Amino acid sequence: MKETFTARVWTLGDDIDTDIVIPTEYLAMKTIQDMAPYAFSPLRPELAGQIRPGDVIVAGKNFGCGSSREQAPEVIKALGIRCVIAGSFARIFFRNAINNGLLLIECPALREAVEEGEEISVEVGSAIVCNGVRYPVAALPDNLLEIVSAGGLVKAMRRRNGLE
Amino acid sequence: MAATMIEKLLRRNTGVETAKAGDIVTANVDRVMIHDIFIPFVKDKFEEMGFTRLWDPDKVVLIYDHLVPASQLDDPRHHRIGDAFADKYGPIHVHRSDGICHQLMTEAGYVKPGDVVFGTDSHTTTYGCVGAFSSGIGYTEMASILGTGKLWVRVPETIRVIVDGTLPPNVSSKDIILRLIGDLTAAGASYCALEFSGSTVEEMTVASRMTMANMAIEAGAKCALFTPDEKTADYCGVALTEEMTALRGDEEAHYIRTIRYQADQLVPVMACPSQVDQIRPVAELEGREIDQVFIGSCTNGRLEDLMAAAAVLKGKKVAPFVKLIVTPASRKVYLDALENGTLDILAGAGAVITHPGCGLCCGRTGGILTDGERVVATNNRNFLGRMGTSKVEIYLASPASAAAAAAAGKIVLPPAF
Repeated sequence: MKETFTARVWTLGDDIDTDIVIPTEYLAMKTIQDMAPYAFSPLRPELAGQIRPGDVIVAGKNFGCGSSREQAPEVIKALGIRCVIAGSFARIFFRNAINNGLLLIECPALREAVEEGEEISVEVGSAIVCNGVRYPVAALPDNLLEIVSAGGLVKAMRRRNGLE
Repeated sequence: MAATMIEKLLRRNTGVETAKAGDIVTANVDRVMIHDIFIPFVKDKFEEMGFTRLWDPDKVVLIYDHLVPASQLDDPRHHRIGDAFADKYGPIHVHRSDGICHQLMTEAGYVKPGDVVFGTDSHTTTYGCVGAFSSGIGYTEMASILGTGKLWVRVPETIRVIVDGTLPPNVSSKDIILRLIGDLTAAGASYCALEFSGSTVEEMTVASRMTMANMAIEAGAKCALFTPDEKTADYCGVALTEEMTALRGDEEAHYIRTIRYQADQLVPVMACPSQVDQIRPVAELEGREIDQVFIGSCTNGRLEDLMAAAAVLKGKKVAPFVKLIVTPASRKVYLDALENGTLDILAGAGAVITHPGCGLCCGRTGGILTDGERVVATNNRNFLGRMGTSKVEIYLASPASAAAAAAAGKIVLPPAF
């Protein structure tokens, strides 16, 4: 599965916590679509309205730290973000994103190299190309690839239960 | 083969005698906790996955705490969905207004030493205080556990933290964990287990250990672990067994890092806005005026925390312009503090005593703040917007430091009784 795409970049800093991704006051809304306009509102209230489907986020280290709220990767996906590229990811966010089929890529060198609004090219499991420079990235471990290739954990469980 | 505490615990749980850091194993889950914010999502995912029954209803605990009492019009819907879920798939354990999930899981006896427990909340690391492996997960994984009783985990590497000696009288376990988070940074223990030991830790109450395990996640840790002892067994209402005391990391085991503190060298500290790892000594922050103080949460809302605050506030009044909000972590804590006179002292000093629950800690109710206001709080997160607008300054502190600030109307060192 060799997937390559180009995308417009939105940049964020280090330690973007899940209270920033989606504040607690919006968590009891009925649907993820209801919550999505409030994504990143404590830090950049205008951002959710500016993101277009197919864009990517490039952030620093420890993206998704904080609470276990799975609405965090879900609202990012609902905004149409193709993948999040960060220096590193917090562990609960990492699991939640994989289980929802949101692509995450670790690439510590990229954040300093890219400006917001620039386009980058992503070769999944292989490299990111930005301003002519190639940044190698790792592929996911096998057990996680299985979940992603099943289309997320819900589908993997449906298959287990003989529904797909 | 020498092993860390988490390796021993997961070997026992999985039967994989060779399990070591880095291996991926399938854990058999002893208990799960779901709270009110996430139950509608857990239910939807569970049914979407095609499950029709819980793997073991007795192992499922549903706790209403974030949205109790309801503060927004959509909140009661979560409780109705939770009740319907319990009716349909039960009998499960449901707590509708008894207190904060993490307090209840240990206090009400749902977690025992050596257990593997998952919860839909990042502060699920708390149960490491009784020697359980416990960690936070999302609602999709929770749904899969409800159907299968299992979850894959990567056996974490371990950072060993050894604290020896006697703490100064105005320094508490909160100051130790804040200092550690500052030294490790917010990502410094990512994917790792924190294993605590040393004479200071051995002397500590289970409640104080709970404060430290609770905040392990703020350094990114997967779990925190304390070896079970007599105090643990007493707290859990079980007999201490050799199996429990054997849950101790071997000296020769592989630790990726060892951090040592001398307790008598530690000082009161606070986490400054708006990151948990921005730690500074209280002595350097003295004089900053404040608008509000919050004493409560799963981090520091227990009887000993309220008593520490009362010791500072006895015979004093809260500064006239400061709101002091005290939120006991559970109904039991509330009743115990009522019975031993602690609530008398706090209310007499001018505190607003609220219902047990998450309250202000999750920024939805009971004292939210606005632009330019400053709060000293005993909970675990000072993120942007956590307790109101994104222009609120949150300082995280021990109960004694928080109480001292409430009386002075500004940040001051807590008294060294």
